[in-house]
Amino acid sequence: MLRSVSQLSFFGAEREIWPVARLTRYLRELLESDYRLQELWVAGEVSNLSRPASGHLYFTLKDSEASLRCVMWRSEVGRQVVLPRDGDAVEVHGHISVYDSGGVYQLYADRIRLAGAGDLFQAFQALKERLEAEGLFDPERKRPLPAWPRRIGIVTSPTGAALRDALHVLQRRFPLVEVVLAPTPVQGEGAPPGIIAALEALNRALDIDLILLIRGGGSIEDLWAFNDEGVARAIAASTLPVVAGVGHETDFTIADFAADVRAPTPSAAAEIATPDRAALREGLAAQQAQLVRSVSEALTERGWDLRQMARSLRLLSPRSRVANEHQRLDELVRRAGGALQHGLQMRRAAVAGRSATLRAVGPQAVLERGFAVVTRAEDGAVVRSAAAVQAGDQIDVRVADGEFAAEVLDAEEGQDG
Amino acid sequence: MAKSKVQPVEELRYEEAYEELDSIVAQLESGDLPLEESLALFERGQLLAARCSELLEQAEIKLRQLAPDDSGGLVESDLEGDL
Repeated sequence: MLRSVSQLSFFGAEREIWPVARLTRYLRELLESDYRLQELWVAGEVSNLSRPASGHLYFTLKDSEASLRCVMWRSEVGRQVVLPRDGDAVEVHGHISVYDSGGVYQLYADRIRLAGAGDLFQAFQALKERLEAEGLFDPERKRPLPAWPRRIGIVTSPTGAALRDALHVLQRRFPLVEVVLAPTPVQGEGAPPGIIAALEALNRALDIDLILLIRGGGSIEDLWAFNDEGVARAIAASTLPVVAGVGHETDFTIADFAADVRAPTPSAAAEIATPDRAALREGLAAQQAQLVRSVSEALTERGWDLRQMARSLRLLSPRSRVANEHQRLDELVRRAGGALQHGLQMRRAAVAGRSATLRAVGPQAVLERGFAVVTRAEDGAVVRSAAAVQAGDQIDVRVADGEFAAEVLDAEEGQDG
Repeated sequence: MAKSKVQPVEELRYEEAYEELDSIVAQLESGDLPLEESLALFERGQLLAARCSELLEQAEIKLRQLAPDDSGGLVESDLEGDL
């Protein structure tokens, strides 16, 4: 301590006391001003790798003599072809700077490649850039997936876990689908031509709606067929939309970029390609409810209309007018009846009067006064003259209350007749 | 929907049945159909919905395999699905 103080005084800087932050900033600026430290590849072995929820990647690169703290921000992590694991020999690209509050310098990484795969990575990168420049990965090229695929083509190994996983998902989500497998090796020499042939075969097959190109996880070498240029071009040339689900979430292949949709895994590819049965059930239930609602609405509406009309009809009804008419008619009938009755009485009285007169002047009244009518029994002729009969003639004599038979005893014509 | 076009629901595939159900609902919602026609559509809609449910619940994916045939074409065959 004493010595450092004396050293400081030797340099005459005793009066200049630096706050930590200032010193740290100074060192940072110093490091950042060295262009060699701003763009470099560092080789070493990965240890203490961690990836907390933030998504950033922290690890230490070390060799037998030294270690270097490294950080890769989440935005960069997503762009990596492969992510390292502890113990991997890697080459990391980035720049050196200082983490102020930790008081450490570290490598801010933006690219990682496996040391052994350096050539592969470069080949990958070169091909990717070339195809990208060609427009093979353009977003405008991406075709939408059909909402309800009927026949799904699958390009993969018939024996792989990828197929099994995808079929499980399809059965669970959308069992209405038919799967057409175009089997091919997905690893090794024969894989790229096999995949290309399978893609072409499915494009020629009938009624396929889309293709799943899938393979389970493996090393970057295992997945290499999916970085084949011919495969990428076959995907781009496919008239059917292609969903690629190769390896694990962290694996990116050229096939992924060329496909219409990149799925992180084979299961995810199957999921992306199909509607969910649960959602379909809900949609169906909603349709059914709507069906019932719209019909009952129509019925209710019509029922209401009907009631409304019945009410209007009652208001306009002629029934009350008819009732009125009835009443008037009754009245008329009654009056007519009265008049008729009156007329009859008058007539009856008149008739009675006249018949009395008639009686008074008629033969009956004469008979009642004591006269009789005599007729000859022989021919019914009225006897008006004594000369009309002679003795022995039978005659009938009619008096007021009856008649009797008689015989003429003698007939003599009177003087005055 | 013309009468002559009406297919028995048992012959319909899921999406056909669903599409028809959809159009029936839309027609009913428009609400300007004669009552008798609405009721007929409603009945048909119920059948379609039942058909969809049945297909959805009972379906099992069909697995087929594509292979080249002798003449350089392709042949499709059933594959024993071992899920």
